Amino acid sequence: MAALLGLLVNARQASAGSPTSIFDPAATPAHSIFSLSMLVLSVTLIIFLVVAGLLLYALIRFRQRSTDSGQDPAQVYGSNQIELSWTVIPILIVVMLFLSTTRVILETEAKPKPDNALNVTVIGHQFWWEYRYPKLGVVTANELHIPIRDPNRPTPTYLEMSSADVTHSFWVPRLAGKTDLIPNRVNTMWLDPSEAGLYLGQCAQYCGTQHAKMLLRVYAQTPQDFAAWVKQQQQPSRADLSDQPLAEEGRMVFLHNACINCHTVTGTVATGRFGPDLTHLASRDTIASGAIPNTPKQLRAWIANPDEFKPGSLMPAMHLNNHDLDAVTAYLTTLH
Amino acid sequence: MMQTPVTFPVSVDAEAPWVLPNRGIVGMWCLIAAEAAIFMIFVVAYIYYLGKSLTGPLPSQILELPILGTICLLSSSLTVHAAVSTLRKGKVQRCTVALAVTVLLGAAFLWTTAAEWHHLIYEEGFTIRTNLFGTTYYSLVGLHASHVVVGLLFLTVTFLFSVSGRLGEMHAERLEVLSLYWHFVDAVWVVVFLVVYVLGR
Amino acid sequence: MAKEAPVLEAIDQTAPAGHSSGPGVVYEWLSTVDHKKIGIMYIVYALIFLVLAGAQALLMRIQLAVPNNHFVTPQVFNRLFTMHGSTMVFFVGIPILFGFGNYLIPLMIGARDMAFPRLNAFSFWISAFGGILLYLSYFAGSGLYGAGSAPDVGWFAYAPLTAKVFSPGHSTDYWTLSILMSGIGTTGTAINIVATVICMRCKGMTMTRMPLLVWLLLVTSCMVFVAVSPLTAAQIMLTLDRYLGSHFFDTQAGGSAVLWMHFFWIFGHPEVYILVLPAFAFINEIVPVFSRKAIFGYSAMVAASVGIGFISLSVWAHHMFTVGMGPAGNTFFVFSTMVVSVPTGIKMFNWLATIWGGKVRFRTPMMFAVGFLFQFLIAGLTGIMLSAAPFDWQLSASYFVVAHFHYVLVGAILFALFGAFYYWYPKMTGRMMSETLGKWHFWFFIVGFHLTFDFMHIPGLLGMPRRIYTYEAGRGWEYWNLIVGIGAIVQAIGTLIFVYNLVHSYFRGKIAGPDPWDAWTLEWSTASPPPSYNFAVEPTVGSRRPLWDLKHPEDPDSSYE
Repeated sequence: MAALLGLLVNARQASAGSPTSIFDPAATPAHSIFSLSMLVLSVTLIIFLVVAGLLLYALIRFRQRSTDSGQDPAQVYGSNQIELSWTVIPILIVVMLFLSTTRVILETEAKPKPDNALNVTVIGHQFWWEYRYPKLGVVTANELHIPIRDPNRPTPTYLEMSSADVTHSFWVPRLAGKTDLIPNRVNTMWLDPSEAGLYLGQCAQYCGTQHAKMLLRVYAQTPQDFAAWVKQQQQPSRADLSDQPLAEEGRMVFLHNACINCHTVTGTVATGRFGPDLTHLASRDTIASGAIPNTPKQLRAWIANPDEFKPGSLMPAMHLNNHDLDAVTAYLTTLH
Repeated sequence: MMQTPVTFPVSVDAEAPWVLPNRGIVGMWCLIAAEAAIFMIFVVAYIYYLGKSLTGPLPSQILELPILGTICLLSSSLTVHAAVSTLRKGKVQRCTVALAVTVLLGAAFLWTTAAEWHHLIYEEGFTIRTNLFGTTYYSLVGLHASHVVVGLLFLTVTFLFSVSGRLGEMHAERLEVLSLYWHFVDAVWVVVFLVVYVLGR
Repeated sequence: MAKEAPVLEAIDQTAPAGHSSGPGVVYEWLSTVDHKKIGIMYIVYALIFLVLAGAQALLMRIQLAVPNNHFVTPQVFNRLFTMHGSTMVFFVGIPILFGFGNYLIPLMIGARDMAFPRLNAFSFWISAFGGILLYLSYFAGSGLYGAGSAPDVGWFAYAPLTAKVFSPGHSTDYWTLSILMSGIGTTGTAINIVATVICMRCKGMTMTRMPLLVWLLLVTSCMVFVAVSPLTAAQIMLTLDRYLGSHFFDTQAGGSAVLWMHFFWIFGHPEVYILVLPAFAFINEIVPVFSRKAIFGYSAMVAASVGIGFISLSVWAHHMFTVGMGPAGNTFFVFSTMVVSVPTGIKMFNWLATIWGGKVRFRTPMMFAVGFLFQFLIAGLTGIMLSAAPFDWQLSASYFVVAHFHYVLVGAILFALFGAFYYWYPKMTGRMMSETLGKWHFWFFIVGFHLTFDFMHIPGLLGMPRRIYTYEAGRGWEYWNLIVGIGAIVQAIGTLIFVYNLVHSYFRGKIAGPDPWDAWTLEWSTASPPPSYNFAVEPTVGSRRPLWDLKHPEDPDSSYE
C-alpha cells in the first residue's frame, strides 16, 4: 500500500514535467484543442458525479437489510414522462457539445492558408521523417526546424504530409493534434509555436518493427535563428577536405560503398533517396530519428550495426572494417 | 417418476392459434442480408475506383453488354419460381422440367461469363492485376459467378432428387428457400450489370 | 442473508438422463448438436483463449513496466499486441457471448433447441478451427527471410503494412484466414439466433414478452449480418492483393490505404457493439432479479437497444478522425457518435430506476453487475471525450484510447460476463459457485482493474502512443506504466481464483435446484442442468415474467402489460 502511494507520488511529479503533455499547449491548434478538452472534461465530470452519485445512493438506500421481511417490493414497470426527460436532457447536452466541437474543427481544419506561410513537405518513411522546404531549397531529415509565431506577421508553418511506404502519424502533443501520413494521399496541418524551444513527439500510427523509435523533434526558433539555420542548410557539402585526411579517406569509403544507394550528400555523387539526406548530418542533435544522440562514438556504433539500437530498422550493417568505420565517421562528422 | 408439467397463468389471447414464420425462409433472408453486405463492399470498391486507374484499358474500351447472359439468368428466376409453384401443387414431373431448365439457363450464363473472360484475358491481355479496373471488375463479377456456381450445385442436386422420385409436395417450402437464394443471386446480377456495364462505361 | 427461494412443486425437477462415460463422452460432445452443449463448448473454448491472451497482456506489461526495457524484442512485442487483440475480440469475446446466447435463448423462449442445430455445431467447429489456425502461425508462419511466425500487423491490420512487400511470409495470411473462419462461424450463429427468436418462441410469447436478453441478442445478430460481412469482403480483397497481384490497397497502383480503414471500421465499430450488447443483456437479467423489481421501462429498453444497433452502424469513421477526411466528414461522425450516447444513456438510467425502490441483494452476480454499472458509465464518458474530434486528434492512437476501450471490454463486458457466470453456472451445472471465492475473485479483480485501467489514461494524456515496444525515460510515463503492470498481476490473480472456483464448484458446489436465485424467466422453470429436451411440456406464457406470475398469483405481471 505504502509502496503504491510512493509510486503514485513519483508518477505525479514525473508527469508534471512531461515534455509531451496535451495539457501544456504551445501553439494555436493545441490551444484550441485544450480549451475544447476543458469543456468536455467538465461536462463529463458533472455527468459522472450526478449519475454515479445517484447510483451509489440507490445501492445504499435500497439494499436489503437483515431485518427485512423477505417480501418483494412494489413493482414499478416504467414511466413515459421519466423516459422523456432523460432522453431530452442528454440530447440537449449532445447538441451543445456538438456545436462547440464543430467550431474547433472549423477553426483548425478550415483555416485559409496565409500567403506567407512556410511550406514544408513531410514524407514518412519506415522509420524516419523526411523534410523538404520546397521554396527554400532545403532537404533534411528527422529534426524539423520552424520559426516561432510573430504576432505582427503571422507565418505559420504548413506541413504537407504523405508517406513513401506505410501509414504513419505526426504527433507533437504540445503543438497540435496528430495527422496521419498516408501513401498516395496528401494531408495538411499547421503549426505556430509561441515560444522557442525543442518540442518532442513520435510517430503515432503503427508502421512496423521500429514504430516505437520513430521519434519527432521540432525545433521552434526565432526568425533570426531560423534564417541562419536555413542558410546553413542551403549550402552543399564541403568539397575541400584536404585539412582532414581521415575524413577525406572516409568520403572515398562512403562514395565507394552502397551508402550512396540510399543516402544523398549534395556536392557528391551520392543521390540516394531511400534513407535520410546526410548533407548536414553533423548539424543534428540525434541520429536514427531521435533514438540515438549524435556523437562520433554512437554514430560509429550505428553504422557498424544498426540493429543494436533499432532492430528491424531498414539500414543494413555495412560490414566495414574498423579503419573504414573510423574514416567514414570522421567524414560524416564534417557534414555540418 | 412422472414429471409434473409446468403451467403458467395465461391470458385469453394465448388461446388463439400460434403461427410463427418458417425458419428456413427467415434463415435464408438472414443469409441474404449478410451476402448482400459483402457484395455491397465490392460494389463500393468498384465505384470508388472508377476513373482512378493509373494505366491500362478503361471499361468503355473493352466491355460489352452481356445481353444474352443476362436474359438467361433472369429467365432462370422465372423457371425456378415455376418449379416451386408446380411442386406446391404436387406436379413433380413439371417441377423436374422446370428445375432442369433453370440449371441449363444458369449454366448458359456461366458460359457467357467464361467466354467474356477468355476474350478479355487472352485477347485483350486484361487481368486482375492490370489496373484498378481489372482488380474491381474481376473480383466483383467473379464473386457473383461463384455464388451462381453454388446455387447451380444445389439446384442440380435437387433436380437429381426430383428425377429419382425423392422429391415430393412436402418439400415445397424447402425448394422455396432455395429459390429465394437463386432470386437473390439474380438480383445481385441486376446491380452488377447496372454498375459495371451501364454506369461504369 | 436472503431466504432461499421456495421451490414450487409445479417446477420440473427432472434429473438429466445418465451420461455415457469414457470415450463415449468425448464422442457425445464432439458430435453434439444440442445447443446447451455447444454453448458450453463455446464458453470453455473462450476461457482457454482468455488465459492465453491474458498471458500475452502480462508479457507486454512487463516489457513496458520500465523505460528502455529488453524483456522481449520488438518483433515479439509487435506479435504480442496483434495476437492479444485478435484473440480477445474474435476468439474470446465473440465465442463466449454467443456461447451464452446459444445456451440461454432456447431456454428463455421455451423452445427445445435452436432453429438449425447442425448449423449450430458447424458454426462452433469452424470458429474453433479458426482459433487453432491463428495460433498455428507461431509454428508455421515462416516465409521468405524467416519473416514469419505469428502476425504482427496489429489487430486492425492497416494497409499497406499488410501488403506482401511490407509483410512477407505468411503471418498476415494466418490472421486473415483464421478471422475469416471466425466470421463464418459468427454469421452462422447469428442466422441461427434470428431464426430461433422469430420462429420458435413458445405459445403466448409475443415479441414484447421476450426477456430483454433475447431482444438484445436478436439485435446483435442482425448487426452481425451487416457488420461482419465488410470485414470478410476486405479480407478477401487483401488476400487477392497478396496472392493474385490485385491492387485494392496497393498505393503504388493508385489504390487507397484509407479504403481499408473504412471497410475495417465499418466492421470494427459495430463489432464492439456486438460485443457490448450481450453484456447489456446479462445486466438486464441480473439487475432486476437482485433488486427484486421488474426492469424499469421494458419498451424503452427495447427501443434503446434497437436504436443503438442502428446508430452504431453510422459512427465508424470516428476511428479515422486523423486521416484527413476534412471538416464535413469529421463533423458528421462527431454528430453520429455523440448521438449514440443518448440511447446508451437511457439504458443506464433505466437500470438505475430498476434498482431504485428495490431490495438489493449483494450476491456475487450483483456485485459484478454493480461494477459494470459504474465502469460502463466511465467508459461511456471517455467515449464522449473521444467523440469530440479535435480532442481525438490528441488522444487517438494513444494510451488514452487503449484505456477507454479496455474500460469497455474489461470493466463492462468482462464484469458482466463474470456476473453471468455466477448467475447461470448453477443452471448449467446444477451446482452453485462458491460465494466466498466469488467475493475474493471480485475484490482482487476490481482492484487490479482500476490500478491498471484508471491510471492507463494518464500516459495517453502525456503523449504516449500505443503499440510501442518501449519508450524513453523523461516523458513522465514510466511510473504510470509500472502501476499499470502491477494492476495486471492483481487481475491475473483474480482470474486464477475464478478459474479455480469454476472447477472446484463443479465437484463441491452446493446443489442448486432449478431456481436458486428466485428468478422469473423460463430457464429457471426447468431442472438444473436441464434435460436434453429442455422442457417436459412446451410452456405457454401470458406475461414477461412467467415465474413471477406463478409465485405471485395475487399480483401477476399480466395485469400490467
